[in-house]
Amino acid sequence: MADEFAIEARGLSKHFGDLAAVSELDLDVPRAQIYGFLGPNGSGKSTTIRMLCGLLTPTKGSANVLGTEIPGDSRTLKPKIGYMTQKFSLFGDMTVQENLRFIAEIYSYPRADRDSRIEELLGKYDLRDQREQLAGTMSGGQKQRLGLACAVLHHPELLLLDEPTSAVDPQSRRDFWANLFRLAESGTTILVSTHYMDEAERCHRLAILDRGVKVADGTPQDLQTRTGMNIVEVIAQDPYAAQAALDGIAEIASVTQLGVRLRVLIPERHDNPVRIVETLLAQHGVTGKTSLSAASLEDVFVAVTMKARERGQ
Amino acid sequence: MKSLSRLNAIIKKEVLQLSRDRLTFGMVFGLPIMQILLFGYAINTDVRNLRTAVANQANTHLSRQFVADLRATQVVRIVETVATPDALEGLLRRGTISIGIVIPHDFDRRVVDNNRAAVHVLVDGSDPTILSVANQLRTMPIRFDTTLQPQKKQDLIEVRPYYNPERRTPVNIVPGLMGVILMMTMMLFTAVAIVRERERGNLELLINTPVSSAELMVGKVTPYVAIGMLQLAIILGFGQLLFDVPIRGSVVDLYIAGTAFIAANLALGLLISTVTQTQFQAMQMTVFILMPSILLSGFMFPFDGMPVIAQYIGEILPTTHFIRLTRGIMLREAPIAELTSDLFFLIGFTLAAMTIAAGRFTKRLD
Repeated sequence: MADEFAIEARGLSKHFGDLAAVSELDLDVPRAQIYGFLGPNGSGKSTTIRMLCGLLTPTKGSANVLGTEIPGDSRTLKPKIGYMTQKFSLFGDMTVQENLRFIAEIYSYPRADRDSRIEELLGKYDLRDQREQLAGTMSGGQKQRLGLACAVLHHPELLLLDEPTSAVDPQSRRDFWANLFRLAESGTTILVSTHYMDEAERCHRLAILDRGVKVADGTPQDLQTRTGMNIVEVIAQDPYAAQAALDGIAEIASVTQLGVRLRVLIPERHDNPVRIVETLLAQHGVTGKTSLSAASLEDVFVAVTMKARERGQ
Repeated sequence: MKSLSRLNAIIKKEVLQLSRDRLTFGMVFGLPIMQILLFGYAINTDVRNLRTAVANQANTHLSRQFVADLRATQVVRIVETVATPDALEGLLRRGTISIGIVIPHDFDRRVVDNNRAAVHVLVDGSDPTILSVANQLRTMPIRFDTTLQPQKKQDLIEVRPYYNPERRTPVNIVPGLMGVILMMTMMLFTAVAIVRERERGNLELLINTPVSSAELMVGKVTPYVAIGMLQLAIILGFGQLLFDVPIRGSVVDLYIAGTAFIAANLALGLLISTVTQTQFQAMQMTVFILMPSILLSGFMFPFDGMPVIAQYIGEILPTTHFIRLTRGIMLREAPIAELTSDLFFLIGFTLAAMTIAAGRFTKRLD
């Protein structure tokens, strides 16, 4: 089993006083894949990642990370993981090269290969021109590339990335993800938390967290096909009126506005979802085009968090 | 009116933030209380109970009477009785006593002899305050029950200041100043060292690497040991160049004492770093320790003049012990082997503070 999964967690929980930041989390993260944590702020993504690398002690439950038991002595784990925090955590008053060298020394990277490894990373992460620049003066995208370069310098088996793209522009995010795929291809397991749907969609597998609880997991495609909802898309002249017409109706689970479009979620048990919507719109004298649509990841997110909250109440 | 409401908002915000910073809030009360206690107790120019040893070689009725009178003055506190003047000098050099009283064999005869002093008072003159107190002894009468006190040319009691015959203040101040300066810089450097990395987010990265707590602690303080050495050299150099402060003992001994003291302060700084959350709090804690270190260490006021409670507090401060070491080595030519209790205190303090700091600093966030 340990060979198949990089991380196996059972009933992992963390409480801060009365607040249950993470509750009863079960997790199986296969090796050499990108595993995503999708959830809003405060859903327990960071807390989970910190528990998995031994920074926080779980209140309950346990995990096996690359063969190391959590809770327990995480010393054997440290050399095998790379960790990147949301906030830039390298030394702003040191140059790019000095930061890389420091990390190489901290991880006791073989002395003979240090320089060539640093050169390789400078090239791979497009930092050659910034070599002598103080890290603190770089742009968000450059800092993030340096962060990733430092996190992977020692060839970790597992990369834990806590909202790594929250402070960078869309182009940098695309480049960043290209780098992640390259790393996964070469065998690195990557656990990445995000609150961006488009990023979540790129993951091999995904766990959706809501208020400390895992409400769904699977491949993005999997999650999209088993939402238990039909999605009706409405393109209306007056989306506000359309929304008002659909609000508070028992058959309709949720209405989300995206510009002039409305995504209407109707549980599968109701037949003919398009008719339901059309009837309601007609009753309120709203004109619009309606069509059945495939679930997006955002629909999945809305559907699963809603279900979990209903169960909770 | 709008301005008033904005002003009000700022005031309320400040009070709110202040009340949430428990350490700073504590300092609002802690600092003035500590200051008034420190200054009230430490500043005492009426120095009494100087540690004294007596070598009573006469051991006659009269000499015993004299010692009893001496005790009654409360200027001296006799802590030891020895056989010879040599032993007194040894005690002086080690800093065990500030005053040594020699009563010669022929004390009874000297009392009536016009040309010779009957009692020799050996004083650690490196502290001018102590010297002036010792000088008060000179006017003490020696009563001979049967005869009248004769008029003498020579004072009955002769005061011999040791170590600082010119009675220059810098001679006493500079060795102490070394302690205060080193403490200030060393403690501050390390007090903010870990807190700064916590504030900048570096710490979360560091503790996720294979670096151990001990490696992190020792690695952080090591460069400062060298800086401390450099500072020591600067103060010594300027002390000698500008104020003619002597280094009568061994420079090597001085550096041994210096290393122990620097280590003690770095360890204390690290400890502060592990109990505070922000650099500002770390600075406040440093000031909190700095004040008693200046006032209660014997740097500004003679240790003997302070009330017992103040002395107890002084005894747990590394600066107190370092000042004793430096004055001993530099002024009294004491070899460090004679000052081991102060040296061991510093080493013990370092180990204890380091252990607590490393224990408090777990590589965890909870």
